[in-house]
Amino acid sequence: MYRIMIGIIDYHLNNLRSVQKAFERVGVSSFISDNPQELKSADKLVLPGVGAFGQAMENLRVLGLENVVREHVANKKPLLGICLGMQLLFSKSYELGEHKGLDLISGEVKVFPTTVKVPHMGWNQINRVKESSLLQGVVENSFVYFVHSYYVEPKEDVTLTQTEYGFQFSSIVQKENLFGIQFHPEKSQKAGLQLLKNFGTLN
Amino acid sequence: MLAKRIIPCLDVDKGRVVKGTNFVQLVDAGDPVEQAKYYDAEGADELIFLDITASSDNRKTMVDVVRRTAEEISIPFTIGGGIRTTDDMREMLRSGADKVSINTAAVKNPNLISDGAEKFGVQCIVVAVDAKQVSDKRWKVFIHGGRTETELDAIEWAKKVEQLGAGEILLTSMDRDGTKNGYDIALLKQVTSAVRIPVIASGGAGTLEHLYDAFHDTDVDAVLAASIFHFRQFTIQQAKEFLSKKNILVRK
Repeated sequence: MYRIMIGIIDYHLNNLRSVQKAFERVGVSSFISDNPQELKSADKLVLPGVGAFGQAMENLRVLGLENVVREHVANKKPLLGICLGMQLLFSKSYELGEHKGLDLISGEVKVFPTTVKVPHMGWNQINRVKESSLLQGVVENSFVYFVHSYYVEPKEDVTLTQTEYGFQFSSIVQKENLFGIQFHPEKSQKAGLQLLKNFGTLN
Repeated sequence: MLAKRIIPCLDVDKGRVVKGTNFVQLVDAGDPVEQAKYYDAEGADELIFLDITASSDNRKTMVDVVRRTAEEISIPFTIGGGIRTTDDMREMLRSGADKVSINTAAVKNPNLISDGAEKFGVQCIVVAVDAKQVSDKRWKVFIHGGRTETELDAIEWAKKVEQLGAGEILLTSMDRDGTKNGYDIALLKQVTSAVRIPVIASGGAGTLEHLYDAFHDTDVDAVLAASIFHFRQFTIQQAKEFLSKKNILVRK
């Protein structure tokens, strides 16, 4: 039987073991790599990330991984961006200056307004606005773990769930086979694991 | 809506939990990883490990604890104690900790906060502030586990660490710590109104009412508690039921 292989993109920003471990928990195998050739062979890719937007884009470029992501998406293969990895999918970010993103989804990454505490840190709820196979079995209003100072403002109709933090922002997005999750599914117990399982098993 | 967090704190000495050996259900109650698993299953929102030995030769032991914990739990956890450089931070974060907490080292070298925030992101830099009241509405910062008084005013220091890039403040009242008389509400009020990063209340929790008071009377985002959970006086679930009934939003 052919086994689906998920590649977790290591672009030298942080620990990726917790993402891999979470996939293991739901019976999905994955490998961590910074090697473009290895990652090209993956059926699905995960672009994780914590850190600064500009640095992340630079690392992706320097390591030759930006093109891997672009080719993968052009071939309609599934890709999941997590946290900063989700933000990188958008057109541009205003984190510490102005940076171009991968522009795979039209939209901008902005800082939270001064009316709320920043970072947005802790357990908050996701409310679905659109159905998707990614959300199958995920209980409505589930609490998931967020930690971020910037949020995405899509210019396309890609929002699957919203989260309230002073206003409603997009917490999960989908554009065809491209998925983005603003929170940390690997740190979100049941709901997070269900999302990773769904991504791992979707066709 | 963002839920209020309940965070158990585990004091670790030479790789062993020193408080809270009342976990009769556990095979090895002194093992920090076993306790972490227990709290994860019970619904804790995060965990903090405080390495009270914090000597360099102990570091390996702590790194091992971090590694094993990261393999076993699926909620975020923070490591504090003995972190003096960005290399120390990197080692803990690489091993699987989500955040690092710095205290004495931040006072001695405030740039450690900005360096850490720049390298690893503000979200993983927690600054622990140990405050002791010196007069009406004035608190001073203490370091070295509360043994050394500094010249720093706690409210001013909180503003400074925010400016430098701290993602969160762990605020301990030394006057209340260990008393079980409740959190220092006045201190929590002052600090939460001075900064706009999340603040964790610490020191003094003895009843569930105390947790409620901190959330109801002040703008804190989380409460840290040690003894009320370690000695099974209350479970995390009981605490959450209690708060929820009183209209505090918690994750259940």
